[in-house]
Amino acid sequence: MSAQIPVGAPPSEPFKISMLWLDSRYRGISIQFLALLGLLCLIGFLVRNTLNNLELLGLEFSYDILNSPSNYDINQTLIEYDSRSSHWRATLVGLINTGLVAISGVIAATLIGFTAGVLRLSNNWLIEKIVYCWVEFTRNVPLLLQILLVHGIMIHSLPRPKQALEPMPGTFFSNRGFTMPAPHPESGFMWVVAAFVIGIIGAFLFRRHARAVQEASGRILPVFTVALGLIVGLPILAYLLTGSPLSWTVPELKGFNFKGGMTVRPEFLALWLALSLYTGAFISEIVRAGILSISKGQTEAAYAIGLKSNWTMRLVVLPQALRVIIPPLISQYLNLTKNSSLAIAVGYMDIVATIGGISLNQTGRALECMSVVLALYLTISLSISMIMNWYNRRVALVER
Amino acid sequence: MSEQSYAPGSHPDLPPPAGQRGAIKWIRENLFSSPTNIVLTLLSIFLVWKIVPPMLDWLVFDSVVDANHRNECREQGTGACWAVIRERFTQLIYGFYPTEHRWRVNLAFVLMLAALLPLLWDKMPGRKTLLWFSAAFPVVGFFLLWGGTVGEIAATIIWIAIFALTFRFFSFAGIGILLAALFVIGALAYFGLPIGINIASWFSDAAVLEPVESAKFGGFMLTVLIGFTGITLSLPLGILLALGRSSNLLIVKAICVGFIEFIRGVPLITLLFIASTLLNYFLPPGTNFDLLLRVMIMVTIFSAAYIAEVVRGGLAALPKGQFEAADATGLTYWESMRLIVLPQALKISIPGIVNTFIGLYKDTTLVLIIGLLDPLGLTQPILADSKWQSLSTELYVFIALFFFISCFAMSRYSLYLERKLDTSHRN
Repeated sequence: MSAQIPVGAPPSEPFKISMLWLDSRYRGISIQFLALLGLLCLIGFLVRNTLNNLELLGLEFSYDILNSPSNYDINQTLIEYDSRSSHWRATLVGLINTGLVAISGVIAATLIGFTAGVLRLSNNWLIEKIVYCWVEFTRNVPLLLQILLVHGIMIHSLPRPKQALEPMPGTFFSNRGFTMPAPHPESGFMWVVAAFVIGIIGAFLFRRHARAVQEASGRILPVFTVALGLIVGLPILAYLLTGSPLSWTVPELKGFNFKGGMTVRPEFLALWLALSLYTGAFISEIVRAGILSISKGQTEAAYAIGLKSNWTMRLVVLPQALRVIIPPLISQYLNLTKNSSLAIAVGYMDIVATIGGISLNQTGRALECMSVVLALYLTISLSISMIMNWYNRRVALVER
Repeated sequence: MSEQSYAPGSHPDLPPPAGQRGAIKWIRENLFSSPTNIVLTLLSIFLVWKIVPPMLDWLVFDSVVDANHRNECREQGTGACWAVIRERFTQLIYGFYPTEHRWRVNLAFVLMLAALLPLLWDKMPGRKTLLWFSAAFPVVGFFLLWGGTVGEIAATIIWIAIFALTFRFFSFAGIGILLAALFVIGALAYFGLPIGINIASWFSDAAVLEPVESAKFGGFMLTVLIGFTGITLSLPLGILLALGRSSNLLIVKAICVGFIEFIRGVPLITLLFIASTLLNYFLPPGTNFDLLLRVMIMVTIFSAAYIAEVVRGGLAALPKGQFEAADATGLTYWESMRLIVLPQALKISIPGIVNTFIGLYKDTTLVLIIGLLDPLGLTQPILADSKWQSLSTELYVFIALFFFISCFAMSRYSLYLERKLDTSHRN
């Protein structure tokens, strides 16, 4: 058809309606127009239905109801809360509980995952096989099942408070959870905290100084020991100098349960343990793949210039492997955070269980409650993705 | 001492020293090569010795199968009480599906395996013909499980025939026009014009297979049903979303990005809650459609969003030259995608796709939270029975075993597929 038209020449035919679909210059625009129209129709349809339904039910879309007292108790809270607090307060408690299990889960899963990943690569046949079996088993069984299993074992197999296991004096494992002495800071405790902060800053500065010294003279300063001394030693010194400004309440067995001290409930323990083990198994595979992705030549070159094996790992292999490891690692952290919503199955009060569960049932305002839950999770996920993208860009700059 | 009686180079090869061959060498190299290794080996032997025998005792040697009551179990042995599984076995498989109709579930399962075989095994004799059966299976399976009347079955066949004929004579454009016409008819019907076409009402409404409501579905059957529906539907949807996200049409791209990021940003539980509590708000007043169907839709779009990201990774990994070469040969967009780009991109993304499938399959357990009776959901009524109280560990271990076998098989198949499709010359 258009064989005679020289390349780059403007079209000579006049515009026809059929060109909207048949001409590839206009087809893109028509498709987009249709897509937008379809989307608007869909949104209009949903909004119309929602308004109709709300009118039929005699409800009004408003978040005001969430200001009213919640009328339910939450058994594990980190902030002040009782049944007279508002639903918003309950949401905040849920958010903090989600954060608590997510952060402690991320720390434990990272430790488990890196250890297991390195062990998978060890040249010890036995340990490699053991870790392999564990990883395959953990990865191929639903997380919800694992949470329920751990919770069931804790509830049914751990002893009652009367016969609680006592691994250390003052700490108890029982089917009511893990009970330990609770610290109560007194007036001088601020100094200890201050010393801790100063210790961290000092360690950071010393590391910079050590770097500079090494660059200039090649002398290696003992960074690790000094940092440890600053971060741990300084607070201890401050603690002793200010006259031990910390009192402990030791748990005691009263009746059927412990009084005093603080208790980590079995729901949290089960959720935390199962989440960390499950995510740890996935992380171990990521770590293994990351280390394997570094070519053997790197290790051999490092040995050739006389680096010891742990130095080779720390200075040559790991920095390169981390670039491969970190993006999927962060997406595992994100998965862990989202999976913590399974808390509802064992009754740990996280976001979904508070605002999306009891509050929703008490107020009957499904739209308002679920939109709060969705908004919270989206904020968490999108901010973690943003951090990840920022990191990826930073790493990409270093790459040559 | 010994006399040199060989010319240099003509000495017959001696066997390697005893420490350098056979089991001893292997043990030395793999278990005791360094002090750290020795410690690790001893530690793991200790661990195995501490964990495995008690576990085996509990699972096998001290376990009880023949009992009618948990107390009978406790009298006969200290291990697991498998009697609960024995008594509730059929319930764990079929849920509350009526006993006299269970042959339909069995038949559907066998047919499903038969439909999967030609898809998974590409050297199967007569594969081309059997693929037609695989394509027809979803409809057959649907009617087998849910039952249906003469009219419903006839209407389905007529609709399929209409679509097939349109496709045969007008290709994709025809299907598009047909869908648009149906959409207009549907919209008119929605605004109250009496244009609904109900082919089913032309035929008798005698039941061919007695209908079974989906509230009766449960057990492993439900897991397999949700899992496989999700898997088969989420792959095409995910590919479409991935193509949309990497397309250069701005609005299409924005819609796909928004959809994918929203779904990936929230946990599956919240989506299931939406399906069970919120969906009624979004539909016309008075509509009420099946909870199981809603769950299947949610599970499908959830994993479609993840598949889209995996496929997008595959698309991004392809060299740009492939896209340009496909354009240069004058192929249309869909032809170049179907013939050049997707075969390569999908091959790269196989591990990720199968991992998503495995994730979906495991996530089917979450339906217990909105009250569907998958095997995990069935444990609650079983444990509420005073006969089997607090035997949760036995039930969980049994269900875990089922999931482990299916998921492990899937991951092995993915490894096989990767090796089969590997065209690189690395080794």
